[in-house]
Amino acid sequence: MHKTKKADGWSGISILLMVIFLIFLVWPLGNLLKESVYLDGKFSLDAFQEFFGKSYYYGSIFNSLKVGIAVMAVSLLLGIPFAYFYSFYQLKGRKVLFVMCLLGTMSAPFLGAYAWILLMGNSGLVTTMLKSIGIRGITIYGFGGIVFVQALKLFPLVVIYMNGAFRDIDNSLLEAAESMGCKGVKRYFRVIMSLTMPTILAAALLVFMRSFADFGTPVLIGRGYSTFPVLIYNQYLGENGADYHFAAAISVIAVVVTAIIFLIQKFATNKFKFTINSLHPIEPKKAKGIGGILMHIYCYGVVALALLPQLYIINMSFRNYNNSILQPGYSFVNYEKAVEKNLFRAIGNTLIVSIVALAIIIVIAVLLSYLVVRRSNAFNNAIDVISMMPYIMPGGVIGISLIITFSKRPFVLTGSLLIMIIALSIRRMPFTSRSATAAMMKIPTSIEEAAISLGASKAKSFIKITVPMMSSGIISGAILSWVSIITEMSSGVILYNNRTITLTIGTYSAITGGIYGVAAVFATITTIFTIICLVLYLKVTKSEDIQV
Amino acid sequence: MSVGINISHALKKYGNTTVIPDLSLKINNGEFFTLLGPSGCGKTTLLRMIAGFNSIEGGDFMFNETRINDMDPGKRNIGMVFQNYAIFPNMTVRKNVAFGLKNRGINKEKIKEETDKFLKIVHVDQYADRMPERLSGGQQQRVALARALVIKPDVLLMDEPLSNLDAKLRIEMRTVIKNIQRDVGITTVYVTHDQEEAMAVSDRVAVMKDGVIHHCGKPKNIYQRPADLFVATFIGKSNLLSAKLASKNGKNIVTFKNGYSVEFPNIKEDADTEDVVVSARPEELIIHKSAGEEKEGIWATVTDSVFLGLNTHYFARLETGEEVEIVQESDVDEIISRGSRILLTLNEKKANVFEKKGSVSIMQGVQSDVIPPMETFTEEV
Repeated sequence: MHKTKKADGWSGISILLMVIFLIFLVWPLGNLLKESVYLDGKFSLDAFQEFFGKSYYYGSIFNSLKVGIAVMAVSLLLGIPFAYFYSFYQLKGRKVLFVMCLLGTMSAPFLGAYAWILLMGNSGLVTTMLKSIGIRGITIYGFGGIVFVQALKLFPLVVIYMNGAFRDIDNSLLEAAESMGCKGVKRYFRVIMSLTMPTILAAALLVFMRSFADFGTPVLIGRGYSTFPVLIYNQYLGENGADYHFAAAISVIAVVVTAIIFLIQKFATNKFKFTINSLHPIEPKKAKGIGGILMHIYCYGVVALALLPQLYIINMSFRNYNNSILQPGYSFVNYEKAVEKNLFRAIGNTLIVSIVALAIIIVIAVLLSYLVVRRSNAFNNAIDVISMMPYIMPGGVIGISLIITFSKRPFVLTGSLLIMIIALSIRRMPFTSRSATAAMMKIPTSIEEAAISLGASKAKSFIKITVPMMSSGIISGAILSWVSIITEMSSGVILYNNRTITLTIGTYSAITGGIYGVAAVFATITTIFTIICLVLYLKVTKSEDIQV
Repeated sequence: MSVGINISHALKKYGNTTVIPDLSLKINNGEFFTLLGPSGCGKTTLLRMIAGFNSIEGGDFMFNETRINDMDPGKRNIGMVFQNYAIFPNMTVRKNVAFGLKNRGINKEKIKEETDKFLKIVHVDQYADRMPERLSGGQQQRVALARALVIKPDVLLMDEPLSNLDAKLRIEMRTVIKNIQRDVGITTVYVTHDQEEAMAVSDRVAVMKDGVIHHCGKPKNIYQRPADLFVATFIGKSNLLSAKLASKNGKNIVTFKNGYSVEFPNIKEDADTEDVVVSARPEELIIHKSAGEEKEGIWATVTDSVFLGLNTHYFARLETGEEVEIVQESDVDEIISRGSRILLTLNEKKANVFEKKGSVSIMQGVQSDVIPPMETFTEEV
């Protein structure tokens, strides 16, 4: 008679998901940890000793932290005023501004760096121009360059987050502040800033994490300014062959550092947590007079600067190149060369990898969100926590842990497209599963109960009712995931070979091989895919809330 | 085919918390039965046990002769209407209504015929091909009702179906629900916390508190002869006055604290308690303005008055120290001003008397299908 919740198909699904995550995430990470502390079968912390013994190694942590903090600060300084103007004033061409913002941040991670090399590298366009009027010493290489390029790429994230937060502010709060004599700049800092503090922190963390984990930018323009992801990669592909042991140790350290930062942010966000009941959203005012003009100049100026590299690369893809030497005139010669360099294989691989990975991500994220929201128990919550772990891991770490695990029996997957798909699925899972969980929470239980009371089976009510209701929330998030899978590089660069080359990796190898024209072609194609995704995204979503 | 529901010794626990300790109830075939009570009283829990969405920790739930305790919700052949309607937002109105029929594998023409019929009954046939987001709350509620009824359920279950509607629509929709229920003739269990709504629609009402039914009977009897003090105060407004009961020459005399005594003609013969509480509804206290008249009653001072059109409400402090509310039909004279002294008498035919200890009614004519629990009533009396 005494009856607890009945076991049903969902119990099987939760066990299946757990097994998947154990095999493809926990086990590789365990191997990574083991690899880092075992040398020739013996326990040894020498890798960690060596890391903390040489300033070349541990210095890269501080370099990465410095870059991360500087990029975070610059992005906030650029992004918050931008979002403020955007949300509080009727700027001309709002939609265009927003799309350009998205495009800037969605581009492949190293494209900006590459374009800025072409513009401000040693023989770049701008550098040469400046030289001709006698200005020297301005260069894109090193710390300043990394911060400049990353901040231009990442500030749109701040804009997207802050725009959402500003729209949630209830106008009556501002009117109340004004009625108590708090106006203008004072009101901005005392009221608006503190109301949006949780969002500012969240955006700051996101920017920091992205910058900390970015491999493409520092590897291209770091020039001796060694950051953490670059160090991992270099150790992995060391001069004396792959040094798994040391690379694993560095990876472990990287995860610890990002985990600490994540916890600090969690703590800070909880301190500032509150909810606003927004009944009267802010009405954007007309941007008038000198102020209005300056606002337009600022917003369009920043966006133009952020998009400049992409446009320049598209331009360069049509220029005549003789290997890496620029020739006058325009033609399709680079495109012909790119076809020789496996352009079609790269496009095909990119599409296969991204579509399959996306399908896996969506299916797992949907199932997981159901388990977490509707069948919340210790086991399902454990799966959820495990699936979130990649959120704080640099892509290279996942790449290395997969290589360590799947290069020997029983699973030999290295060098296959499958391992790329696994890496990307794991890496993007947390983002999609968050948005799926949010969508799931909005669906009242009674909807499913209604279906069941009308005679539908549990499976049928899930597929016919629940999933379609979630879809609007998931699809938009999934398209953005798609973009980031297409433009993903940091884990791929460790896993790829000639057969499994993708667009971004093709670009990277062309750049490092010095064939700049071909690189520009690969980059242009990547940008075209990004634009297609964005157009799709804007078609399906009407809202400006973006899960990044 | 509609069924009768027989619940015996139902037990519901969440972990170690017992929500419904031991509840027995019989709902007749074709009856409109309402579970009424304050929030947290277990009424929705009980409804969801009948529906199959809550587990049953003990007891038997029978639809006619069939025990349904372990039957899947989809197999119980119930129609359910939810508080938030639970209309599938990704389907048109017609598809929503047809959903249950499709699951039963009925052929297409029959589905169309039945769907059209019920869309007509609830008057949403002109919106059949709209998406639900373009319907008003009242229209969505009608769709939910049609969807629940079209499958010809044995039982119709409704969980606070009107609480999301505005006041005017609520009154309109409760008439719609009542009429459709009567026409279809289906056993209906209805949950609400709104006593007026319960009175308006129900054949019988069960008043619940803390998982226990205090009074189960016809609306009129529950209002006029409540089984205990909880029911008297939850259904409508009641003024509670302490008094003593004494029997003289076979007559039951109730004496208030100030000495005013009234003969109650319909107190149970076997009542042998001295301390009692008299529950007088605001309309059962009669105001005598012309003070000075040497009439027996309780003197009071008017502390406030509210004019509500048809009636005027007075708030007064009795000489016994108790506060009361009195309702009078408004007359054209002046409203009695604050601070006025008035004399109150009791309509002893309508007022109720309860044991102070146990708070159970000692009146004749209480018709409850369950025995009210003995308990000390907690409200100040």
